[in-house]
Amino acid sequence: MNRVMKGAILLLLACFVMVAAGCPAPVVNEIKIGVIGPMAFVQGEHHWYGAQLAAEEINAQGGILVGDEWYQITLAQVDSNEMLSVTDAATAMEMAITVENVDFLVGGFRTEAVFAMQDVAMGYEVIFLGCGAATVELCTLVADDYETYKYWFRVTPINSSYLGMVDFLLLGMVAEEIRAELGIETPKVAILAEMAVWADSIVAAAYVYLPAMGMEIVGEWRPSPIATEVMAELSAIEAAGAHIIFTTISGPLGITYARQWGELEIPAASVGINVEAQKEGFWDATVGKGNYEMTMNTYARVNITDETIPFIDRFVESAGEFPTYNAGTYEALYILKAAIERAGTLDSDAVVAELENTDRIGTAGRIVFTDAHDVTWGPGYVTGLGVQWQDGEMKCVWPPADGSWEGVVYEGAVDYVLPPWMVEYWAP
Amino acid sequence: MIEAIIINGLISGGVYALLAVGFSLIFGVARIINIAHTAFYMLAAYFIYTFAHLLGLNPFLSVVLSVIIVILIGLVTYKLVIDPVREHGATTLIVTIALAIIFQEVMLIAFGGHFRGVPGLVSGYTEILGVKVTYQYLLTFGVVLVVLLGTWALLMKTKLGIAIRSTAQDREVANLMGINVARTGMMTMAIAVALAAIAGALVAPLRVLEPHMWMPPLVTILAIVVLGGLGSIKGSFIGAFILGFAETLVVFLVPSGAFLKGAVALTIMLIVILIRPEGLFGVAFEEER
Repeated sequence: MNRVMKGAILLLLACFVMVAAGCPAPVVNEIKIGVIGPMAFVQGEHHWYGAQLAAEEINAQGGILVGDEWYQITLAQVDSNEMLSVTDAATAMEMAITVENVDFLVGGFRTEAVFAMQDVAMGYEVIFLGCGAATVELCTLVADDYETYKYWFRVTPINSSYLGMVDFLLLGMVAEEIRAELGIETPKVAILAEMAVWADSIVAAAYVYLPAMGMEIVGEWRPSPIATEVMAELSAIEAAGAHIIFTTISGPLGITYARQWGELEIPAASVGINVEAQKEGFWDATVGKGNYEMTMNTYARVNITDETIPFIDRFVESAGEFPTYNAGTYEALYILKAAIERAGTLDSDAVVAELENTDRIGTAGRIVFTDAHDVTWGPGYVTGLGVQWQDGEMKCVWPPADGSWEGVVYEGAVDYVLPPWMVEYWAP
Repeated sequence: MIEAIIINGLISGGVYALLAVGFSLIFGVARIINIAHTAFYMLAAYFIYTFAHLLGLNPFLSVVLSVIIVILIGLVTYKLVIDPVREHGATTLIVTIALAIIFQEVMLIAFGGHFRGVPGLVSGYTEILGVKVTYQYLLTFGVVLVVLLGTWALLMKTKLGIAIRSTAQDREVANLMGINVARTGMMTMAIAVALAAIAGALVAPLRVLEPHMWMPPLVTILAIVVLGGLGSIKGSFIGAFILGFAETLVVFLVPSGAFLKGAVALTIMLIVILIRPEGLFGVAFEEER
């Protein structure tokens, strides 16, 4: 009897402890997504913020429905340190897959590092959605060796060939403005491009296209990507009588360049690619001297789609900063969710097949993947933007507000403005 | 074009000279190859950014506060890390590399890898011989001349200068003559770090503020001090202008090869030291010191 009593008491105590501790939570299905990028830098931060925002939204809506079961997204932050070491990036990718056991990966920024990370991910047959590197060859690999590289997709940005096309469209628009406002029929162009492989093709194309576009090249300046200032280059460009500086700059040199260009009031419009000018911090970094600098970009406060401005607002609210194209991880998570739900399984091959069928109206345009798993560029798809800094605000100036490019108009776009000191210098 | 080459060469050389003189001083008088020299310049730039931009203090007050704080940091690191190993040249070299990387990582943790701008002490530009030059560059050029004169006067005309030079010539004999060798070393370090901090205040607005900003100028400074002669302040000054003009010439004469300006400058240094291993104004033998 005593034993029965003791047993009953123990049972009661056990029940009491269980009740006191709360009932064990039901088992939650989990999909683990690795967000890989240079986390000490703005690119990695925006990878993370974008993914975090999407994960919160998706989880709040119940998660991802795989067959009949709901899965919650868990994010794993993976610091690739790729700005400083390509080897670190490959190791981080290996760790993410083998130690963190991530199911999918999004992110990557620096081309050399993404190539290394891509190989690791493909080796483990883990789907990797790129949100940073533009090099065409990352997707050419898919076309050349589909079975090995089919797990790679590029979500942002548009590839470097398309970036080149937009680049020349922006240049053409500025040249037209100079013709119309200053009466200069054949604007003179100085090419200022950092000495890097990705810039070579743009420089080579400039020699082909610019004469055909009614422009004259007065010189080509190729500073090192790690150059710290370009005052001598700017003096030489001004001495050459350039009306336009056609920039191809990815690094911090873009800040020094724009600051010195504005402070010295070099009488030439600046247009092209200046990656640092795509960031919200550009205005402060140039101490306001970067006014009128124009660059290609992915996001601006315009209605590319109905998703764009609400996304920007939510991103700014959560991250405190304007999103760069690396925040395309937001898009990547939604694309992944849709593909998994259509596939009804987490099996990589099945999800790849559904990713190939993606057709999503996203925050930067309509996303459809090419056969090489690259994001499609063009009117009606993702177009990219031309933005200009105007009195502290990054304004969308291309596609032109008058719809003169393929009839594409994004609500909120404004007219391009030539720097006033340039107008004063060249005015007839 | 010649005017533009002259003006840009002078300006570029002036900026390099400001950075190189402090480096040369600490080697010339204390025989310390302080790789962390430009890291102190980076620290000063971050302090100025913090005080002037984040806390909204007066820019000149921010510079003064930053220079003082960086001097204190320099003295503490000298006492705790450099002084105990200063007799071992290679160890000192490694220790200062470690210090520079520690400073870099601390700034990376504190401020992230964001590229930022430091407001200049003066804004705007003027034209000299038809060439546009910002006032900040002109200020830098003026300060480098004052700093050089001040350093020369300090070393040649003051008791502290005599003590520093005596200690540099023979530490033991200087000690026997009643010079406080340890304190003299500290003072030398303080002066060198102050020069780095002043360089930070003047040059940082001309560059981009980021934790790795100490590396590119370090390579150029090493080239300048080797070209001018290790430890020779006069040599560093002249070496800075030689490299400044060489770089400017490359930009103007071979625009599409502008990325080679650093390589051309280093090649000039190599040619000079192959012909004259001690550099332009260095001493051929240690015994000549």
